[in-house]
Amino acid sequence: MLQIKNLHAGVENKEILKGVNLEVKAGEIHAIMGPNGSGKSTLSAVISGNENFEVSQGSVTFLNEDISELDPEERAHKGVFLSFQYPIEIPGVSVTNFIKTAINETRKAKDLGDMPASEMLKLIKSKADLLEIDRKFLSRSLNEGFSGGEKKRNEIFQMAMLDPKLAILDETDSGLDIDALKIVANGVNKLKSKDNAVIIITHYQRLLDYIVPDFVHVLIDGKIVKSGTKELAYELEEKGYDWIKEELV
Amino acid sequence: MAKFTEDDLKKDLETKEYEYGFYTDIESETFPVGLNEDIVRAISKKKEEPQWMTDWRLDAYKAWKEMTEPEWANVNYKKPDFQSIAYYSAPVSIDPNKTLDDVDPDLLAMYKKLGISLDEQKKMNNVAMDIVVDSVSVATTFKKTLSKKGIIFMSISEAIKEHPELVRKYIGTIVPTKDNFYAALNSAVFSDGSFCYIPKGVRCPMELSTYFRINQAGTGQFERTLLIADKGSYVSYLEGCTAPSRDENQLHAAVVELIAMDDAEIKYSTVQNWYPGNTEGKGGVYNFVTKRGLCEKNAKISWTQVETGSAVTWKYPSCILKGDNSVGEFYSIAVTNNYQQADTGTKMIHLGKNTKSTIISKGISAGKSQNSYRGLVKISKNAKNARNFSQCDSLLMGNDCGAHTFPYIEVKNKSAQIEHEATTSKIGEDQIFYCNQRGIETEKAIALIVNGFSKEVLNKLPMEFAVEAQKLLEISLEGSVG
Repeated sequence: MLQIKNLHAGVENKEILKGVNLEVKAGEIHAIMGPNGSGKSTLSAVISGNENFEVSQGSVTFLNEDISELDPEERAHKGVFLSFQYPIEIPGVSVTNFIKTAINETRKAKDLGDMPASEMLKLIKSKADLLEIDRKFLSRSLNEGFSGGEKKRNEIFQMAMLDPKLAILDETDSGLDIDALKIVANGVNKLKSKDNAVIIITHYQRLLDYIVPDFVHVLIDGKIVKSGTKELAYELEEKGYDWIKEELV
Repeated sequence: MAKFTEDDLKKDLETKEYEYGFYTDIESETFPVGLNEDIVRAISKKKEEPQWMTDWRLDAYKAWKEMTEPEWANVNYKKPDFQSIAYYSAPVSIDPNKTLDDVDPDLLAMYKKLGISLDEQKKMNNVAMDIVVDSVSVATTFKKTLSKKGIIFMSISEAIKEHPELVRKYIGTIVPTKDNFYAALNSAVFSDGSFCYIPKGVRCPMELSTYFRINQAGTGQFERTLLIADKGSYVSYLEGCTAPSRDENQLHAAVVELIAMDDAEIKYSTVQNWYPGNTEGKGGVYNFVTKRGLCEKNAKISWTQVETGSAVTWKYPSCILKGDNSVGEFYSIAVTNNYQQADTGTKMIHLGKNTKSTIISKGISAGKSQNSYRGLVKISKNAKNARNFSQCDSLLMGNDCGAHTFPYIEVKNKSAQIEHEATTSKIGEDQIFYCNQRGIETEKAIALIVNGFSKEVLNKLPMEFAVEAQKLLEISLEGSVG
């Protein structure tokens, strides 16, 4: 589904990703772990098309198409979803209005008409139930005054609504208490199928207890330096990253 | 993949072609340019007005001659040459006694371009409309339905003839002829506008609507609206405006007077979309408007305005809260783009006890435009327990525009409670990327953010108007994203 080859990217002459290779197949869950500043969030931003980062080398292929030149909304239309580490506030735009617009814009890109209101309502209800979201929450201004947990749950709600092929969860566990973490993880697991894939970007192994990855990659200084199965995550939790750095020397 | 920067945002915001910029070739009768007593007399004569009206106009003209244009507003523009404007222009094929079916097909086609098919308006929206093109009221629909309830809704010229006692009693009582430079000018030369009277205890069953349009080049539009809501009555009134694109500046100086008697309520909504000039700031309408309403006991006046057009706007719809327990409201969205300048706000004059006013102003500036809120809250000596809440929010796009707030507060009674809140924010690249990532393209994202910002005011508009206003916000701010 996703092939990243020798990806170099950064901001204003500062290279952050220094040759990332990654392949994600449909049905897989990949975890990307690494210390602060290793380039994890940059990787998610580059895959989703954030134009603050410049790709200097390499390619990002999604569903057999090079998407490096596509606008972020075009990537979204193809099924790339990013759950933001710091979701953005849009005052006066309700959660419902925002997701409705997102869905209809995506449909428009596929030459489909607006989703009928009744269908939309049904979809919203079922996904809100899945993530144990209160109806009142849906009429609030997007991310405005939301707690950390509410913001993350709202991200996963949007993911559920948009039903992406590839979901990148950037530090989704940060700011979540254990109950919220379980709800979010449970939601992601229910949305998981053999046709879609998930990339989890995280500092800690905690979330991986609930969303079990097929592969774990360690990103250090802009490169994936080690890959393994979920056991690698436990090892990292126990020993930190220094032993890998030492291995590299 | 181009990086989306502030510069791109700016480029995106460069004006889309003004959608209403067509000129309809209708045969018009236009007076020679310039203004003097003879022109004033000629306008009055043309409209077959009684002597008192002619005298009233001449009085105003004399006052105007002695006045100078106000310069305190935060706007810069080349002063209009009042001697090079034609003060009267009427489509010749219009006879006020004709029904809609007799209207010039070119005119009807023009309405269609404006998106206001009369039939549709009649049937779908339950809206009665009075349309003023240049200076003459072309058609008033729904008159019969309204007259059954005793409601009078007609052009002001007709009203002067048919209901002289009402017009004479109230015209100029809220905005006196000598009130200000433009009000005096309007009083001298106003050529048409709407008149509305709602009898005691009557709730007007439909939205009343007037559509103004400047068609003829080099003409000014000076409409005069007088709306009287008798005791215990209710009316919701809508007003929309457009003008064709022209290189020269056109002048629009209107006066609106509202009278809400005891326990009456008036909702007055405006969508102003006069031609704003091109992207270099050439052309566009000068919009100098005086709007004021008087509230008697327990009465309420609500002004709601969406101002997206005009090169220069100077407008302060106000409420005189004379009666005890009366309520004044002002909800405003003002959008400026390119070189547009707006200086707009309100005056809430609290005279009665327990009077209440609310001001919600949303200013959106883009391009190189300047957007100012100017408001006065005045609590007089006898206005015990008066309350005011004001909120002025500004949204900026790009780095070359300006937002200014000039709140004036005068309090002469210690029991008053006044609150003022103000915020300034900017549309951020991060907000746009967030929307993009969810599949929402940049133009749509800007529209979404702007609509969210304006929501409190949009919610105050009647349904049909709210949809139109939202579209207008999009058009005013949209660019051409490649």
